[in-house]
Amino acid sequence: MHRFANPARFLKLARTATAWLFVLGLLLTGIGLIGGLGFTPPDYLQGETVRIMYVHVPSAWLGMGGWTGIAIASIAQLVWRHPLAAVAGRALAPAGAVFAAICLITGSIWGRPTWGTWWEWDGRLTSMLILFFLYLGYIALAEAERERGGEGRIAALFGLIGAINLPIIHYSVTWWRTLHQAQSFGTEGSAIDPSILWPLPLATLGISCLFGAAVLMRMRAELAETKMEARMRRAAAE
Amino acid sequence: MNHWSFVAAAYVVAVGGTVALLLWAYVTMRRAEAAADELKRK
Repeated sequence: MHRFANPARFLKLARTATAWLFVLGLLLTGIGLIGGLGFTPPDYLQGETVRIMYVHVPSAWLGMGGWTGIAIASIAQLVWRHPLAAVAGRALAPAGAVFAAICLITGSIWGRPTWGTWWEWDGRLTSMLILFFLYLGYIALAEAERERGGEGRIAALFGLIGAINLPIIHYSVTWWRTLHQAQSFGTEGSAIDPSILWPLPLATLGISCLFGAAVLMRMRAELAETKMEARMRRAAAE
Repeated sequence: MNHWSFVAAAYVVAVGGTVALLLWAYVTMRRAEAAADELKRK
């Protein structure tokens, strides 16, 4: 990890990685979503609405994955004071918030024909909504700290504390059996028929690549802004 | 309402949200990198 502590070295790698992630992401997402929409049978219970799974599940995974990344970046910042950790945290937050919002909205759209309601204060739905609000809080806190000229340690602490919500989201369907169905994937395999399942890993991997490309682009923007601010400060001091 | 209307709505939200995120990330990156290069040249 310390190999990338040098922003110049990181930028060199990020430029190539952004393009590759974007192209690979478009390709895999395209195959996954087209496959999910046109080449899988409808579910015997849910009918055509099962196709919402191909966008809902990757969004849920990335909503939670984004905060996992923030928690790792927070540890890297608080423990090792890694120079890119705060930048990574600030870049991950908006992308994670977007996917948490997509997860909530697509889940609500799926819930109307399946459950007969747009929303229920169920354990999974509520903990996911809390994650979305945590993202908004993190974005506001990190931005305020940056404007104040801080190192982002308060945002990093918030990122670590917020990670408590991740196991709550994961186990919510086991702890509180209300409306959201139990886990479809476990150590014993998948409860979904392979004829319906196959586009899901492709879409998940593809959308994850696009998420990675967006995060790298935000990190590059943050680094360019930091460089510019430092140069302007130096010019003002001369 | 037909099931496909719900499917279409969910895909519009997901694809629209992802495209908007990528566009915003790209535009802000290009703008920041161009401004940093401009300042370097001065």
